[in-house]
Amino acid sequence: MAGSTFLDSSELVLNMGPQHPSTHGVLRVILKLDGEKVIGTECVIGYLHRGVEKIGENRTYVQFAPYVDRMDYVAAVSNGLGYCLAVEKLLSVEAPPRAQVTRVILTELNRIASHLLWLGTHALDIGAITPLFYTLREREEVLKIFEKYCGARLTTHAFRIGGLQYELYDGFEEDVAKFCDMFLPKVDEYEELLTDNRIWVERLKGVGILTAEQCKAYGVTGPVLRAAGVAWDLRKAQPYSGYEQYDFDIPIRQNGDTFDRYIVRMEEMRQSVRIIRQALERIEPGPIMAKVPKVIKPPVGEVYVSIEAPKGELGYFIVSDGSTQPYRVRVRPPSFVNLQALDQMCRGALVADVVAIIGTIDIVLGEVDR
Amino acid sequence: MADEQKPESSPEPVAGTPGDAKAIAPKPPAASPTPAAKPHAPKAPAVMATTPWESSLTELLKNHFGDSIAEFSSYLGQNFLIVRPEAVNSVLEFLKLEADFDYLVDITAVDYPKRAERFDLIYILYSYSRNERIRVKTMIPDGYRPKSATSVHLAADWLEREVFDMFGIEFDGHPNMKRILLPDEWQGHPLRKDYSILDVDRRWVQENLGIEVGQ
Repeated sequence: MAGSTFLDSSELVLNMGPQHPSTHGVLRVILKLDGEKVIGTECVIGYLHRGVEKIGENRTYVQFAPYVDRMDYVAAVSNGLGYCLAVEKLLSVEAPPRAQVTRVILTELNRIASHLLWLGTHALDIGAITPLFYTLREREEVLKIFEKYCGARLTTHAFRIGGLQYELYDGFEEDVAKFCDMFLPKVDEYEELLTDNRIWVERLKGVGILTAEQCKAYGVTGPVLRAAGVAWDLRKAQPYSGYEQYDFDIPIRQNGDTFDRYIVRMEEMRQSVRIIRQALERIEPGPIMAKVPKVIKPPVGEVYVSIEAPKGELGYFIVSDGSTQPYRVRVRPPSFVNLQALDQMCRGALVADVVAIIGTIDIVLGEVDR
Repeated sequence: MADEQKPESSPEPVAGTPGDAKAIAPKPPAASPTPAAKPHAPKAPAVMATTPWESSLTELLKNHFGDSIAEFSSYLGQNFLIVRPEAVNSVLEFLKLEADFDYLVDITAVDYPKRAERFDLIYILYSYSRNERIRVKTMIPDGYRPKSATSVHLAADWLEREVFDMFGIEFDGHPNMKRILLPDEWQGHPLRKDYSILDVDRRWVQENLGIEVGQ
């Protein structure tokens, strides 16, 4: 424009990431700012793309199972469960009860581990350093149980198509029970640090609001949806692995802001402990593998099976052509779909809020990019 | 090219070795003609054992769309319908407004290179109020530009971009039809069956990373 100086140009484009500590990996967000106000964002993703779906087409069903752990690597057990359930559906087999109960215990432990990592890093982004040390301390106990059970801490590959690879080790029940007893008071401790903390509340309340209608329109699921007042959880809506036998609540909140999502996840950890305690009483002797042929060759067909992962609906769409390899494996990742709502949540917020909002969606870039 | 096919065919001998020759033996014609063509050659004879799907919803759709919907089927308890490509958007909209399928779970595609209508395009829908999941499926030839579903479901934005990135299916009327996971200048669409798992855009790698592929 004639006569304008650089002072007149009020819009500024700011590049955040991909190497930025609060993007939780390699996410690049291009922010369009008016002063300190965000007027638009664009996500640039794909830095961690490894072509997992293509790999799936070139491996046998059994060979592909460890790969899925590398998507959401902080909740590898959930990834494995979803994949195993999908292939089991194609084969029309069901894991025996002992395997199902063990699966529930391990996935719920993993949900706790995933939420703990989220809480620690989210608080760190906001500026509270202490919770990270506490949450990682408790998460370590979960990882130790995983390590004792299957030898790996993160990419566990704990389940097999049709059940479990490993029998429970001696003292598994005691370890898990001990963890539950130890863990519940710790959740209160985190809440003491944060829930009434003035800085925490001021930074989170009313930030990044996503209403129930917006959640549905963007396909957002998981704690983000529940914080907006929709009591929808696949473990209740379409139970799998025997979740219908457990007594637990779906925590919901009404405002759909960052603070409510925090409360929802805290409560989910308590509910997970509740499920684990019930599951411990259900462990019965019995086989851990269903009758699955040595060479897995599902009949021609296609299925979509999804589970409630810590971050939302994790789905697998598998097409079988009757051979030993899947014809097509599609992963419906919760992080990818949820991240799409970032733009909506950031508009009108401040730059500092963007950090809080990225943290609150709880994304894992390994899953966004696959 | 010859050694690029190796990883694809390598699982075959593994599958055959542990005393399962008898399991494979009864049907010799199906067992690998040549190692190169075997893995994903879509053999015609085997088809999905579907059952017809009938409900009040299918009646409603039949009355409203008539010939535009070719098939209502169910496989392992999962319902899907096959729609003519030009009717997809109106079916999605109808399902959303009249039948409460308000949550677009996923959009994806499957490549069948030997078929005239090369791609299956699949929309997975869920209804919160009915607690029901269905799939809307359509078959399109290579080069066909399906209408973008972004006007019906906001969630379609990134999902369609991923389908474009991986399969090269361009959606008409999409607000931002560009690659999402791969770099913008990348050549080729990796989830097409004719794109080998070892293929990369060599020029892109050379120019941007300064290395030769395989280094």
